[in-house]
Amino acid sequence: MKPVRKKRLQTVLLILVTSALGSFLIIRALDSNLDFFYTPSEIFLEEIPENKRIKIGGMVLESSVIREKTKISFIVTDYQGSISVEFDGIVPDLFKEGSGVVVLGYLKDKTIIAEEVLAKHDENYMPPSIDIEK
Amino acid sequence: MFQVNRAYPYIFYLSLAIYLFSLFWGLFLTPEDFVQGNSYRIIYLHVPASFISQSLYLAMAIASAVYLIWKVKLSVYLVRSIAPIGAMTTFIALISGSIWGIPTWGTWWVWDARIVSTLILFIMYLGLISLHDSFNNYEKADKFLSILVLVGSVNIPIIKMSVEWWSTLHQPASITLSEKPAIDLVMLYPLFGSIIGFTGLIACLVILSSKLQIIKREKNKSWVKDYV
Repeated sequence: MKPVRKKRLQTVLLILVTSALGSFLIIRALDSNLDFFYTPSEIFLEEIPENKRIKIGGMVLESSVIREKTKISFIVTDYQGSISVEFDGIVPDLFKEGSGVVVLGYLKDKTIIAEEVLAKHDENYMPPSIDIEK
Repeated sequence: MFQVNRAYPYIFYLSLAIYLFSLFWGLFLTPEDFVQGNSYRIIYLHVPASFISQSLYLAMAIASAVYLIWKVKLSVYLVRSIAPIGAMTTFIALISGSIWGIPTWGTWWVWDARIVSTLILFIMYLGLISLHDSFNNYEKADKFLSILVLVGSVNIPIIKMSVEWWSTLHQPASITLSEKPAIDLVMLYPLFGSIIGFTGLIACLVILSSKLQIIKREKNKSWVKDYV
């Protein structure tokens, strides 16, 4: 390779390395400041103010769902810790006992008052018949 | 000698046939998903569009490096001609993802790492186009364009790894190089077909768009005057 091109190649690599480093630092900084995502076992380890909107993710505990008119309450668990959630509204179709859920809301008296309940689905796709055979 | 112009109609009709066939296969001949029912069928658009939007950026980054090191003018024409197509496919990926999110997640938008990094990709494509067009000196425009493309290329591994690094609402990848696909074969075959067909169609767009760029940039050359 000609010396001029070698120099340019070095410049290209330098651009890549510095921008990767820069974004790595930004992401690290964001991770420690902006992540309001908690798992049910983490949530009581920290002091969370009532007016701070948080996100928790986990599984809907089996036979914990109680429906009363438009209100629904259930327990979110990560099988190490758990927290109860109250929600007034429509939950998505994929909301099921034993499946993944993400809840956005406020912590009040050890309960999450949810503003939004989102259902999580995984990366597995298969026809229903195969599920029965398993 | 191989001529793209001569091969173009074959690539176009073949890709169109493959995509339409896979779409028909995926939409009508495959069973429902055991969790998501029929709504999963949007993968036959969402997955090819998302895959292409990242691949196009990777192609732009390689072409930018080639331009910066070897000063091959054609490669920077290619960068400029890919950018609007990348913006379009990223837009399709975002919109189809939103449509998919409503019945499954219960929301069309969430500030999730995968989605935000894809939105950044979309904005970056637009930014690159406007950066290049804002110079009245082509040499400077080409240089800044290719440098910025390289800087932005860090976003590609971030998009790819976002579902592993952060707890996202978006599910992890179903098809990986290292593991058995998490998607059943009856759904996987049409998905592969749709990716191949969509890629071919986008390749046709890239060919057309780069022809336009070459003619635009070489407009004072005699061969262009003969050609047009």
